[in-house]
Amino acid sequence: MSVTYIDAIREAQEKLLREDDRVFLYGQDIATFGGAFKATKGLAEKFPNRVFDAPISEDAMIGMAVGAAIEGMRPIIEMQFADFSSVAFNQIVNQAATHFYRTGMPIPLTVRLPSGGTPGSGPFHSQSMEGIYAQYPGLVVLTPATVSDAYHMLLDGVALDDPVIYCEHKFLYRWLKAKSINGDHLPIGQARITRPGKHATVVAYSAMVHEAVRAADRLVQDGWEIEVVDLRSVKPLDIDTILASVARTGRLLAVGEAFPWGGVTAEVVARVTEEGFHLLDAPPQRLNARDTPVPYHPKLWAAHRPTPESICEALRKLLSF
Amino acid sequence: MNHRDFLRSVFQSMLRGRILENKLSSLYKAGKIVGGVYLGRGQEAVSATLGTALIQGTDFFAPLIRDQAGRTAFGEPLIDCTRTYLGSVKGPMRGRDGNIHRGRPDLGMPAMISHLGAQVSVVAGMLFAKRLQGTLAGRVGATCIGDGATSTGAFHEGLNLAAIERLPLVVVVANNQFAYSTPNDRQFACADLVEKARGYGVGGFSVDGTDMLACVSVIGEAVRRAREGGGPQMVVARLLRLSGHGEHDDGSYVPAEARVDHYGQDCIEVAMQQLLDHHFATAEEIVAWQDQIADEVQRAVAQAQQEPVPDPYQEDWTALSTRFPLDQPISQPIFS
Repeated sequence: MSVTYIDAIREAQEKLLREDDRVFLYGQDIATFGGAFKATKGLAEKFPNRVFDAPISEDAMIGMAVGAAIEGMRPIIEMQFADFSSVAFNQIVNQAATHFYRTGMPIPLTVRLPSGGTPGSGPFHSQSMEGIYAQYPGLVVLTPATVSDAYHMLLDGVALDDPVIYCEHKFLYRWLKAKSINGDHLPIGQARITRPGKHATVVAYSAMVHEAVRAADRLVQDGWEIEVVDLRSVKPLDIDTILASVARTGRLLAVGEAFPWGGVTAEVVARVTEEGFHLLDAPPQRLNARDTPVPYHPKLWAAHRPTPESICEALRKLLSF
Repeated sequence: MNHRDFLRSVFQSMLRGRILENKLSSLYKAGKIVGGVYLGRGQEAVSATLGTALIQGTDFFAPLIRDQAGRTAFGEPLIDCTRTYLGSVKGPMRGRDGNIHRGRPDLGMPAMISHLGAQVSVVAGMLFAKRLQGTLAGRVGATCIGDGATSTGAFHEGLNLAAIERLPLVVVVANNQFAYSTPNDRQFACADLVEKARGYGVGGFSVDGTDMLACVSVIGEAVRRAREGGGPQMVVARLLRLSGHGEHDDGSYVPAEARVDHYGQDCIEVAMQQLLDHHFATAEEIVAWQDQIADEVQRAVAQAQQEPVPDPYQEDWTALSTRFPLDQPISQPIFS
């Protein structure tokens, strides 16, 4: 018996609906149909009047959630694809994210963003938006990479009083399996050493954690022991765990699936350079997707995002200094 | 409240809005207010009628930038306004946001953002929450927008969502003929904005926004229908903005003929005459109200001016209510 990443997301939502009257689900095609990815399959039947189909109105979906949160609810909003949250950008970053600072009243809503690329998905169903949202004050941005984290971080995120951007990776939905949803249940804001090593640190998150581990496995034959740090949440950013790892290895590679200009990997490199320059034995490196829209064709797509091959190459360069 | 008392209450809120805003304009021109000052001059009848028709503690009201009269009618104390405009740390926004962005979301009055149309779906969500909690019956949520905001996607999405859910939402559109400087013929192509109501499947009303008696009748009916389960209602009030977009703007682009036509009349003067003609108030009473309100305004300004402004050293400089033990914000020294 195994549990997939998307099972964990569905289970977490079922538990939240069962245990917290304030929680309701709102999103396109999520009620009877169960969602484009079936993350809410069966929940509308089990919880009548708690799971609602939304019109194709991403702006109003978040505005509505902000209003409901003001009045004491804990809405979970499913964006059908992370890419479409650009339509809701104003309500997320200007309404939800500023509300606590401006008025003193926090807005406990959770936006689920089916994120990241899958073969054939193309420019508008593949985006990774975590860096965009992390840039804005007033949001918590979560990027679970494991089945257990997908489950526990959704529960813990909904329990927070602040707006949460929950980035779930579509590639992991059915590919990633675990024996159970139980795990170490680290708190939000703490990174995890996924794989210990001593020659270089790879900081990654979401699906890139798995690509980084594959790369690390390949480099074993060359005698390299690579440490992989899973950020888990990109905001807050656990800089302590990153610095401690860099202190052990002296080398840093930050890997992300988002576009290369700025973003999470740039923030990691900047923070380590600023606070841990003396720990570095080599120039810190970044590896991201390319600076083009995410291409449709699987051959182009595979060359657009970081892969075990490109991570290995970046690591060899890092280790050559 | 009987009809006479309701009208007297609406008029007093109109006066309170006008006198307060005249004071804000003076303070702005004297350099005492930092940031913009946006007035509701000419829109008081519409705004005050809506605020008076709503019940604080039960209903929700999301005002926009020209709703000083409606805010005071809904129950916002004058001191909330003067504290916010003058940057008192004791105000609802504590110096973190200013002027017309203030709100009391815990009292059913959300704090607007500058992005127009965005409050429509927020009020819909407040009402939706009450439905889920089983306490929606008898409640109304209302928001005000201008002619310009009807061009936004947020307005369309929000009103459509409210219509689908058949929520008791009242959207009052003050068509003051200009969005900043842009006239109606560069904003929409339909003959009358109220035609849009039919397209959304919501109730539609038109009213002369310069006529207090008409506003009370029409806006009152829209609120009543929403409260009684008739679903969303949209009221389009025709009027003219009797000021610039803000006090930095002289509104010189408004053609002279617009100022002298019917909708260019001052709703306060019209309302005063209506009260006198119907013997709902005497001239002496109105003068006494003016004096009393001027005194209230003066005291609210004086109090806010004496209060401390925010201290950057006392700010916690965090935008989240959650404290993450491992999160170490980048420390930045304060130079002031």
